[in-house]
Amino acid sequence: MALDSDNEVTPEVMLAFYRLLYPFHSLFTWLNQGQIPTKLFTQREFAFTLAGDVYLRYHSFMSAEELKKQVLAFNPTRFEIGPMYSARPKDRKTVRPSAFTPLLRELVFDIDMTDYDAIRTCCSSADICARCWAFIAAAVRVLDTTLREQFGFRHMLWVYSGRRGIHLWISDADALELTDEQRRALVASLTVIEGGKDMHKKVNVRFTKQSPLPPALWGARETLNDRFGELILRNQDCFASQEGWEALLRLVSDGGIAETLREEWTGSKISSIDKWLRLRELAKGSKSLTSAVFEDILLQYTYPRIDAEVSKHRNHLLKAPFCVHPKTGRVCVPVDPSRIDEFDPVKVPTVGQLLRELNEAGEGADWQKTSLKPYVDLFDQHTKGIMNEVRLAKMKASANDVQDW
Amino acid sequence: MYKGGQQPTIKGAQPKKEADVVVLQGPYPYRLSFYDRPPLYDVTIEDFETFALDRLRILAEIEASYARNRSWDELRTVTEAQCKKYDLWLSSNTARSQFIDLERKKDHLSHFVLRLAFCRSEELRRRFVKAETTLFRVRYEKDDTKELTQFLSSQDFGWEKVDPPEKATYESELRALLPNVGDKEFKDIVFYKVKWTRVPDLVAKRRVFLRRGQAFVPTTLQASIVFHAFETQLEKALERTAKGLPRLDEDTRIVPILNNLSQGFLAGVPSEWTNATPTMDGELRAEMVDGLAKKHFPMCMRNLHESLMRDHHLKHFGRLQYGLFLKVLGLSIEEAVAFWRKSFSSITDDKFNKEYKYNIRHSYGLEGKRANYPAKSCQQILLSDQPGPSDCHGCPYRHFAPDNLQTSLLTYYSNQGLTSSNLPEIMKTVKEGHYHVACTRVFEITHTSKGVEKGQGIGSGESVTHPNQYAARSRELEKPQEGGTSSDTAMVVG
Repeated sequence: MALDSDNEVTPEVMLAFYRLLYPFHSLFTWLNQGQIPTKLFTQREFAFTLAGDVYLRYHSFMSAEELKKQVLAFNPTRFEIGPMYSARPKDRKTVRPSAFTPLLRELVFDIDMTDYDAIRTCCSSADICARCWAFIAAAVRVLDTTLREQFGFRHMLWVYSGRRGIHLWISDADALELTDEQRRALVASLTVIEGGKDMHKKVNVRFTKQSPLPPALWGARETLNDRFGELILRNQDCFASQEGWEALLRLVSDGGIAETLREEWTGSKISSIDKWLRLRELAKGSKSLTSAVFEDILLQYTYPRIDAEVSKHRNHLLKAPFCVHPKTGRVCVPVDPSRIDEFDPVKVPTVGQLLRELNEAGEGADWQKTSLKPYVDLFDQHTKGIMNEVRLAKMKASANDVQDW
Repeated sequence: MYKGGQQPTIKGAQPKKEADVVVLQGPYPYRLSFYDRPPLYDVTIEDFETFALDRLRILAEIEASYARNRSWDELRTVTEAQCKKYDLWLSSNTARSQFIDLERKKDHLSHFVLRLAFCRSEELRRRFVKAETTLFRVRYEKDDTKELTQFLSSQDFGWEKVDPPEKATYESELRALLPNVGDKEFKDIVFYKVKWTRVPDLVAKRRVFLRRGQAFVPTTLQASIVFHAFETQLEKALERTAKGLPRLDEDTRIVPILNNLSQGFLAGVPSEWTNATPTMDGELRAEMVDGLAKKHFPMCMRNLHESLMRDHHLKHFGRLQYGLFLKVLGLSIEEAVAFWRKSFSSITDDKFNKEYKYNIRHSYGLEGKRANYPAKSCQQILLSDQPGPSDCHGCPYRHFAPDNLQTSLLTYYSNQGLTSSNLPEIMKTVKEGHYHVACTRVFEITHTSKGVEKGQGIGSGESVTHPNQYAARSRELEKPQEGGTSSDTAMVVG
């Protein structure tokens, strides 16, 4: 990808971005869940990555202004957010080690396109295009619904990671309080693709071989069923290459059918769709090629591949929203999950573009006058939802206090 | 000793009388206990110590069972025997034994003494909770059904019965949870709703139906809720005790006993393969690794080694698994840095120093919290940190597809005598899930020329439980047989 001037990220550009555009106040209210600084902000860890890969951990701040001051002083390439500890992270050396433990933390998820390298055919590693974004879109749909319907979470913020992935931050009170053990359990229930490079069949979720799919995956099955044809057959054309269809045949439990198809497909130019239809047709006469096998294939090709380590521990750090990706210059903007299919990573504003817009808007302008505005508005709207709930919870608590009195 | 501690009120008041259930009055109405009331009476220092020691022996046996990979049935039998030996099995209410109260008092007191001894560090707390929860579980499974129901109703687990209309609404989902249950049986199964956070183990295995944060748990899995409640309550109580311990109003009699107890627990499980062994023949150097790998490494390490040589890179867990193995094999830190630097040939010095050197030094206990990390055992490799889509670590017998496994076995071990005629036998054990048996068999086949026979394993019929054990034995066999030096490993020289 050729870098035009808009995509170039120099220290000067970053400094101007932090000084004029970065929505520190919005970030503060989101983390703090209220206007008056609480421990949720003041005992929160911030970590900075400076130019030359210098990594500074355990910073903490009393207010949004103090955070901004430090960011301007460091001018980091990015900064990350950790948990709320039992003491202020910057004072951690003054307390006993056992008295410095992570207490509360948003439940976070990270989906990265590299985990899809084995199945996507359009790009590899760092590259991303609208075609492979469809994998991310499917993942967002599945996780968003599952986490809402099964786990009852409501305050979920999806953030584009600036290049080839997406992050999710869940700020419900119940999510903040989860222990590492509970986080591990939740992640395990959402992890369907297992086994390393050398394992062909990566979906093994049934209690016994022929038992139905666990109900936990029914929602995902429904969502993904609608997308399989478009995404895997048409868009990615996954079974076009020999490597592609061989991988599919390895999942076909009926050896006879696999052999027949291998003969038919070797050297042919049959499209993925026709190959799939042919397989479905042959399956009708087979005892071992049940709908369960097809469900497993569906999941293996489309089920979200999450980076589990990020979600399992409270003290894992994750890049703050609205940071700039150093390679692409794109801002890590919030994404509306209901419109995830329309989202195009290429259209996300870059830091250069924003500064130009700001320049054109004239003296004294801020992010309100740039194309960052809709994203900050989305972010603030999300925070408002959290704050409303916090307020209600407080009112309820004080009402109970009165009763106890 | 528990001054200032809150005494929780007993919930659920008195149990209802039923015809054939013996209801005991007094301090210990049930055989099982959540230990929510501390002992508030005088005890002699002798009882204080001996009761605790007896309980400790049981807990140590439980830990040893886990370390030895015993099955749940074996563990249960062993634990029950130990409990009976030390009068801690506890008779049921119907036993009409005159010792009921005495046994239960011993159980109660010993539990609380050990809490004092094991609340002090995170590590001790974790182990204590695990062992105590296991003990609770063993007793729970052998409890009288009626008494168990009574005991459960005396506690508040925050569960709510799913009423019939709701059960009907989600019938298809709930039925899918219990694929082996017939129509008629399903009618009789009661489901309970609890917050999902109370049954994390069931959520992880997708054994419950989740809706808006509520987990629907069938009666058959109800015990999970109870065990988890026991575990979390104990964890919290231990943390509270840890905070209160410095303020213990103590004479000099108790602290030495407590120290003694916690040390006994630490020494309970032998772990001969977890720390670096002194090298047998001088220093192990970076250049020697490749040669050793081809001759002495079990398949998991061989595969990591070959991947590293091929890709000039390994992902995080691969580095961890292989790096710790090499450390215990005897590779010093200087040699380890040299080895990894050489292997990661496609990256710059700068990147290596910044991104990888720290981790290598960390695993040798020279950075961060400076812990001396043991090498991963087979159990850890099999069960924790499952390999993701592009990882190479793990156990090949478990994590490889059968055809890849066969090809790799032949590539790696055919020059040591493994032929394709051995494959069916190996693949059969793999299919049955006996991965360590398959690994042990490969060891036997590849060491036939050293006189190892089928069934001998890595000496005296022992099977492989740790990759370092495999490598060490293999190297030992290679040493010239000078009049049968090693006395402890009886060996047939062919």
